[in-house]
Amino acid sequence: MKYVLDNVESQFEMFQILNEDGKIVNKNSMPDLSDEELKELMRRMVYTRILDQRSIALNRQGRLGFYAPTAGQEASQLGSQFALEKEDFILPGYRDVPQLIWQGLPLYQAFLFSKGHFHGNQFPDDLHALSPQIIIGAQYVQAAGVALGIKKRGKKNVAITYTGDGGTSQGDFYEGINFAGAYKAPAIFIVQNNRFAISVPVEKQTNAKTLAQKSVAAGIEGIQVDGMDVLAVYAATQAARERAINGDGPTLIETLTYRFGPHTMSGDDPTRYRTEDMDNEWEKRDPLVRFRKFLESKKLWTEEDENKVIEEAKEDIKQAIKQAEQQPKQKVTDLIGNMFEELPSNLQEQMEIYKEKESK
Amino acid sequence: MAQMTMIQAITDAMRVELKNDENVLVFGEDVGQNGGVFRATEGLQDEFGEDRVFDTPLAESGIGGLAIGLALQGYRPVPEIQFFGFVYEVIDSISGQMARMRYRSGGHHTAPITVRAPFGGGVHTPEMHADSLEGLMAQQPGLKVVIPSTPYEAKGLLISAIRDNDPVIFLEHMKLYRSFRGEVPEGEYTVEIGKADVKKEGNDVTLIAYGAMVHACLKAAEELEKDGISAEVIDLRTVSPIDYDTVLESVKKTSRVVVVQEAQRQAGVAANVVAEIQERAILHLEAPVLRVAAADTVYPFSDAEEVWLPNHQDIIEKVNTVINF
Repeated sequence: MKYVLDNVESQFEMFQILNEDGKIVNKNSMPDLSDEELKELMRRMVYTRILDQRSIALNRQGRLGFYAPTAGQEASQLGSQFALEKEDFILPGYRDVPQLIWQGLPLYQAFLFSKGHFHGNQFPDDLHALSPQIIIGAQYVQAAGVALGIKKRGKKNVAITYTGDGGTSQGDFYEGINFAGAYKAPAIFIVQNNRFAISVPVEKQTNAKTLAQKSVAAGIEGIQVDGMDVLAVYAATQAARERAINGDGPTLIETLTYRFGPHTMSGDDPTRYRTEDMDNEWEKRDPLVRFRKFLESKKLWTEEDENKVIEEAKEDIKQAIKQAEQQPKQKVTDLIGNMFEELPSNLQEQMEIYKEKESK
Repeated sequence: MAQMTMIQAITDAMRVELKNDENVLVFGEDVGQNGGVFRATEGLQDEFGEDRVFDTPLAESGIGGLAIGLALQGYRPVPEIQFFGFVYEVIDSISGQMARMRYRSGGHHTAPITVRAPFGGGVHTPEMHADSLEGLMAQQPGLKVVIPSTPYEAKGLLISAIRDNDPVIFLEHMKLYRSFRGEVPEGEYTVEIGKADVKKEGNDVTLIAYGAMVHACLKAAEELEKDGISAEVIDLRTVSPIDYDTVLESVKKTSRVVVVQEAQRQAGVAANVVAEIQERAILHLEAPVLRVAAADTVYPFSDAEEVWLPNHQDIIEKVNTVINF
């Protein structure tokens, strides 16, 4: 009998362009980005790191609600988003708010999503995306559908969706990649492997050595990428996008990353399942530090640039939280009114009851 | 006018809408060349091409997700779940996702999806194929749940469902697929979702049912007539939302009510109907509102289903109880 597992797993070596010292180790794969674009990538990562810090603080002050910290995952999130076109469709998981913001979601609406206000999800018409999915993996099957729709419409676009390492254990993960594969639909499936599904380490999640190899079963392209290297993530997503719009089908991209913070701000304590050594080990791979070193070596980034972004982010956040807080409180009548195009009689009756209650 | 079985009427409805709107897509397990295991999609792929009518991989959750994604690209998906007993595999896509799409996005996205599925019992299927899970769906806000009982209504309601801009669960009773023919107009016409139909007028007692049980009620009413009892039969046609105007009008006329469902007694649509009647019309009642329903067991293996399923004699028994109360 012939066993194949070792052969399969050995094919999924991590793709990297910048090493931890910010040095290019894979010159041939260096994406074709202008200096301005490289600086923009850095600007977005710094901005998003500040947004994360401020969101955590605002959550602690009770001014934001549900929040899933993003620090550590900027390269995975923003490197992949940077490869998208405006008409591409994003199906994010709950930690993937930064991609929506950089694709055009106004910051105050991101805050409203956190505060549990439906206006946060009333996206601008030119933002092609769903609001963050809460059910793990549900967005994967939907992404197959969006991608098939894009293909049927003959558009040169992709559907891109995100889940985590835990998400790859869901049936919907496999159904999503398999459907997209069967229809050769233009989908990009990103798995941000941050090593923990809340507290369960990836080693307990699966016997697979890589998550990228799960693509093999569905017969689609797969790659494991250094998720702390923004250039590698960008290059992989860009290549996947090219394949997809050329009709070559979907790609599964596993990004190896780490969330520096807790799972969410709702009482998770990472010290219960992670060691300080592990945290320190991964902080050395901080995507911002690495990319900053690279840009500094090319004389593209200065402390002044950095401070300018920090100030800009802080100011935007201040304005956005103010705007979010000025939003009128969501009413039950809003909720009733958004259940159906036309209200059935039971809801009409309940609408009257709540109109009365809310007028007091 | 053409005489059709219910399944022919259902195929015809899809044909009309596939022709009428290029955004309509029909898909599911075996719906392509095979025409569906019940032949509900017979000939549609040949007529409209594989781009419009196509097979899916064998995964119900995937089918639900596919429908949602296609709807997000402006399509009007009509997925088939091969047997509604398999719906547990796709509950998140239906209840967690489609039903919430409009609210979650504040009206920005909608899910104009019609999920079709055969359901109900009495045709000796293997386990998990037959069941009456409409109560499960009716409990989910954001869904409409439609159950036709005649070929005419099946076509008109399905066309309405496909045109609806919100998700509709369209349940087709397996026993009604080929048990009789009825007149079905050619071309397009609609039957309004959310409107009940008085299938037979009467003065002494109101029988409320849907799906196959409408026919059990009509049979019971025929026999009761011989004993001088005049029964009115209401076909709900939509079990979410329920047309209480029609129900209450009849209740006020007859003052005696029996609600009939093929599903198990616990929870369920009939319980909801009884509750609304007593809240809204208790002073019009001359007797408690009774239910005819199946036992609170899981759906039985086929050898026991004839006894387990409610029938016209069970209905007659309950009618006599409310008449003699």
